[in-house]
Amino acid sequence: MNRMPDATTASQPVAATAGRPDASSVSAAFAWALARDLRIALRSKAELGVQLMFYVIVVSLFPLASSPSREVLATLGPGVLWTAALLASLLSLPRLFSADYGDGTLEQIALSPRPLSALVSGKMAAHWLTTGLPVAVLAPILGEQYSMDVMELGILAVALLLGTPILSLLGAIGAALTLGARGGGSLLALLVLPLYVPVLIFGAGAVDAVRTGLSASPQLSLLAAGLLLALVAAPFAVAAAVRIALD
Amino acid sequence: MIVNWFRYSSPISFYPLAGRLSRAFGVLAVIFTLAGLYIGLVVAPTDATQGDAYRIIFLHVPTAWMAMFIYLVMAFWSALALGFNTRLSAMMAQALAPTGALMAALALWSGAFWGRPTWGTYWAWDARMTSTLILLFLYLGIIALRSAIDDPRRADRACALLALVGAVNVPIIYFSVQWWNTLHQGSSISLTAAPKMAMTMLEGLLVMTAGVWSYCIAVTLARVRTIIVERERNAGWVASLMAPQGTR
Repeated sequence: MNRMPDATTASQPVAATAGRPDASSVSAAFAWALARDLRIALRSKAELGVQLMFYVIVVSLFPLASSPSREVLATLGPGVLWTAALLASLLSLPRLFSADYGDGTLEQIALSPRPLSALVSGKMAAHWLTTGLPVAVLAPILGEQYSMDVMELGILAVALLLGTPILSLLGAIGAALTLGARGGGSLLALLVLPLYVPVLIFGAGAVDAVRTGLSASPQLSLLAAGLLLALVAAPFAVAAAVRIALD
Repeated sequence: MIVNWFRYSSPISFYPLAGRLSRAFGVLAVIFTLAGLYIGLVVAPTDATQGDAYRIIFLHVPTAWMAMFIYLVMAFWSALALGFNTRLSAMMAQALAPTGALMAALALWSGAFWGRPTWGTYWAWDARMTSTLILLFLYLGIIALRSAIDDPRRADRACALLALVGAVNVPIIYFSVQWWNTLHQGSSISLTAAPKMAMTMLEGLLVMTAGVWSYCIAVTLARVRTIIVERERNAGWVASLMAPQGTR
């Protein structure tokens, strides 16, 4: 198990144990959780690779199931690449909390005097960096299979960069709520996928708009607005959900 | 007049009140539904374009309204449950979820049978149908989460948090689906195709809404009573209530 936040930041003055958390304690907590989860994720690179392979394979299955014709694929492309991104995010969600919940680390994290919302934000950022970001980088390459042009591929990447953090933020709420609950993965899918719907609509819609000769800026603006809303609200919801799970 | 609302936030004093209200609203539901069905099926004229098929709106529209409204009410009780940590609020939210899911399912089902004769299809990716479907998924998710957590108090708060997250999302989902729909389909198929309603149709619709609303209240209160008894079964008053000679 890793050391706790207070031990890692010995060079800083110890944060006040009571009262409002100050800014340095929030950023220290965030940085600690981010660094820790990134280190753990990068220690099992094979697992990360398998998750990316899942994305690649799902995206590659759709042409086999429908048609190799370029027109059909160009229509399907944005939707397939986005739906697969949703599924890839969903599949990686249990990694966020369940191991820490299982060995008691999560309880220790929650007991830390640092704000829990900052600590879980670090974990969510690490989750996005190891799942959403690779998908966003990989998607334009896969989009080539769907005969999308450069402009569409660029918008796809931008939309995924804006949208996949929302998936990590919303998904973390579901992941925390289902800790210790029966039904695991499929329960998580039932809780989280309906909440993902707006991201899917705006994300795939942005690429679709470019394809049909319109501007993608309304969809991208809405995605950015959703990202800001999720960034502000989700950490507190996740912290509350973690506390509920630990009761 | 000052009513001490907090008195009824305790299951022991709410239980008999819920029983009385449940019976009263049950009677109201029967009266309103019979009157509404009479207006809707007998009095209201046949629609010029849709024939008699339109008469399903007397079930369809009230259930669709209640499906959305119950989610709001459930989110309200969930917020109270999280904010004040009150048991009864969470029980109310728990009792509302199945009725909300039923209303959403009825709205979809009646919509499908309305769509068949009028649009020629059971299902179209109409904005309202799609968002009602997602609303049904949200209800089912809350019910599933409740049943997946063994500790009822933990389930209370987990479901309350999920209901609140959903409540923030419901308007976003609704508008995103509506926008997606207008981009994809044009307005060839629209549920708002019958804007000018005959007065009797509107009356029938409102009376049926009152009936369905009363039904929802009656059933929810009856369900909350069983939840109270189940959860408080170790409390003395429930034991005496459940005793063979127990009288209320």
